[in-house]
Amino acid sequence: MMRAASRLSLILARVAFASAVAALAAAPLLLNQNYVVLLTEFMSMLVLAIMWNLLAGYADIVTVGQHAFVGVGAYAFFGFTALRGFDPYLSIPLAGLVALAIAVPAMVLVFRLRTAYLAIGTWVVAEVLMLAAGKLDAFGGGSGSSLPISIVLSFGRARGDRLAVIYWLAFALAAAAMLAAYLLLRSRIGVGLTAMRDNEEGAAAVGVNITYARILCFLGTAPFLGMVGAIITLQKLRIAPSASFSITDWSVFIIFNVVIGGIGSFEGPIIGTMVYFVLRQYLSGLGPVHLILLGSFSIFTILVERRGLWGLVRRMLGDDLLPIAHKPSPAFRANALPE
Amino acid sequence: MLVPWINQLLQGILLGGLYTLFATGLSLSAGVMRFVNIAHGDFIVLVCFALLVLTTALGFNPAVATLIVLPFAFLLGFGLQRFLLQRVVGENVLLPILMTFGLSIIIQNGLLEGFGANTRKLSGGWLETATVALGQGINVGLFQVLTFITAVALVAVLDLLLYRTGIGAKIRAVSDDVAAADLIGLSSSRIYAVAMGISFVTVGIAAGFMSVWTNFDPASGPTRLLIAFEVVVLGGLGSLWGSLAGGIVLGVAQSIGGQWDIAWQTLAGHIIFLVVLAVRPQGLFPRYG
Amino acid sequence: MITATTSEPLLTLAGVSVFYGNFRAIDQVDIAVGAGEVVSIIGANGAGKTTLLRAIIGQAERVEGRIAFAGNDIVGSSTEAIVRSGIMLVPEGRRLFPSLTVEENLQLGWEVGRRGNIGFDNVYHLFPVLQERRRQRAGSLSGGEQQMVALGRALLANPRLLLCDEISLGLAPRMVAELFALIPAIKSGGMGILIVEQDIGRSLSVADRFYCLLEGRVSLGGRPSEVSREAVMRHYFGL
Repeated sequence: MMRAASRLSLILARVAFASAVAALAAAPLLLNQNYVVLLTEFMSMLVLAIMWNLLAGYADIVTVGQHAFVGVGAYAFFGFTALRGFDPYLSIPLAGLVALAIAVPAMVLVFRLRTAYLAIGTWVVAEVLMLAAGKLDAFGGGSGSSLPISIVLSFGRARGDRLAVIYWLAFALAAAAMLAAYLLLRSRIGVGLTAMRDNEEGAAAVGVNITYARILCFLGTAPFLGMVGAIITLQKLRIAPSASFSITDWSVFIIFNVVIGGIGSFEGPIIGTMVYFVLRQYLSGLGPVHLILLGSFSIFTILVERRGLWGLVRRMLGDDLLPIAHKPSPAFRANALPE
Repeated sequence: MLVPWINQLLQGILLGGLYTLFATGLSLSAGVMRFVNIAHGDFIVLVCFALLVLTTALGFNPAVATLIVLPFAFLLGFGLQRFLLQRVVGENVLLPILMTFGLSIIIQNGLLEGFGANTRKLSGGWLETATVALGQGINVGLFQVLTFITAVALVAVLDLLLYRTGIGAKIRAVSDDVAAADLIGLSSSRIYAVAMGISFVTVGIAAGFMSVWTNFDPASGPTRLLIAFEVVVLGGLGSLWGSLAGGIVLGVAQSIGGQWDIAWQTLAGHIIFLVVLAVRPQGLFPRYG
Repeated sequence: MITATTSEPLLTLAGVSVFYGNFRAIDQVDIAVGAGEVVSIIGANGAGKTTLLRAIIGQAERVEGRIAFAGNDIVGSSTEAIVRSGIMLVPEGRRLFPSLTVEENLQLGWEVGRRGNIGFDNVYHLFPVLQERRRQRAGSLSGGEQQMVALGRALLANPRLLLCDEISLGLAPRMVAELFALIPAIKSGGMGILIVEQDIGRSLSVADRFYCLLEGRVSLGGRPSEVSREAVMRHYFGL
């Protein structure tokens, strides 16, 4: 039974969340350029975290290779705009489609493996794609290419305008990612996935085809990852095999963030990404120690509170911030057994 | 005309020996405990740096240093399993992956912090440069031959250990059905720890040869893991001799690929792996089915 | 209060409850088994029979109450220690190690247990077919042969108390009859045997005493000769 106090704090938390979203939407108007750049990065990493969490926390597909699709998206975006002269805005969703197209054969291959083998399999795929990208002379080969000025300027002549536009693109993508994840988890497939996570037999009883659900999730995340790749290219203003396909930036940090924030929950990726940026402010000067701390922190989380920081918060709040879980109706609850 | 290709083929086969050394530890731990140690490659590199310290600071030669390191490697593996990994065994498949992933990053960055990013290598002295002439202009490195022989010997010894000793039977038992083992009084946690210890001994041996054969730096771990992983999958999960075959296939693929175009060396290996995965996912010599 | 045939029971459960999380699977149960005695536990599926055996062998998460074996409280001891002190389980569904040979499976039983009178010769004498098949992979044997291996493995541990979980399950009636015919020979060595069975007739025919388990509680206990069939059925189903 929820007490009035925790019910109140839940309402407050939800109000705070809504206000934060509104403020973020208006960020370029409120904050200086450095913060806009930072928030753009935050949005990109948030999308990656949501997608990784969807696969690992709900669909039971742990990947260590999602940076593959980020890189594919980056290179596809470059190819469409710089090499083929497509409209830059249009090239973003097109990059997502290319990532999806690559995801299909990748999936066919890696789904032949299970659990940890699958995870490393995705890593191999990422390596192959990165090495292949380094062979494409049109894209600058091993050292990459810069994004042509004309394309950069098409997002805004003044730097401030450009940063705002890119930020809003990132914000829109993050909102879309959250919405997509939210809808999926509330759908029948989502219920089935959550059921499977807790009890595989129960999921079959719900009537959800697990294989279909996993395929859907794997392929569904690819376009988002690809579009993040496009946005990252707009931020970095260049493509390069090691940067666009960076395992540290697009996989390692993301995994740590989600684990620390709370894997398998909707709020976890959000919290984890926030924590990452806060820590980075204070720790990035320490170099490798930063990663050691993140790694240790996530191991500690696994050992102590599997559901991460959000797991701790949830104990206090008594419910989810965003109503993902289906709750029984009040009438049902009235007849329920006493606690 | 043919000679360079034959040399490359032989090089590839011998390289397969090194790759098999990388893989046996992974094959053992993954086969027995059903989880993949993502930090496997990083532990190999960790031992390489330990050997570096032993050879430079204390003046031992690499062979002696390796022998010294082996019992410590056993203890490291035993302790790692007993005190850390055992806590996440069984229940959730996600947790061991995440835990060993975290360890991997910690080791890489710890080594980076401690030793810097420069590439290192141990000197094998005369052994490293000696070659064996097989006639017709075909030469193979003596050290490479030694590595290959060690790999074959190691697989043979592990095979004997698993199939002809009491502890081997116990390891195979928990690998078959860990819950049943617990029910009849076999302490699965202790047997897992022993298996991990043995796995780490092979890691120590692999490091001994790798540190002389090639350069290494703190970030070299992941590539070793990918090699070991590909060898294990190519050879067939659960099969030690299969790993030898897998190692040779990978070594030859890389060698031939590299002969054709040096930039294709690593890629050729990955491509062979993906092709075999597509066509024969159970591997070349699967133990099961 | 049920008393055992000998003055000091080999195994005593006093007020034992077993929990899965918050669910109480076994509720305040009192059971005793004496040396050289065959005690049957009968009950429907879900009554808690397997849970009870797991609690005795040390594989239940949360146990309250006292389980005394040869005078010592074994609640909280490791399964390894319990087996070494003389209790051995023939698990439900055999649970052999399929990739190991028959001989290797038996050998494991020998290694985890105590030293005693029973050796490989005795087991091969009891089950001649196992001697023929000793180099074969255990997974390739028939159900009945596997049950023999499971029983042989347990016997080689030289237990003072043998726990048998549903050894008739999945076997042809003739096979079951053969196995149960061995029970008197096994107990004559002084071994206590606790048998868990769904098959009421079979299990009561070999038992010196029995308990009926219903939803985690002992609903009935006594000697088979003293209790009517109808009373048993009533307490089995809780009518």
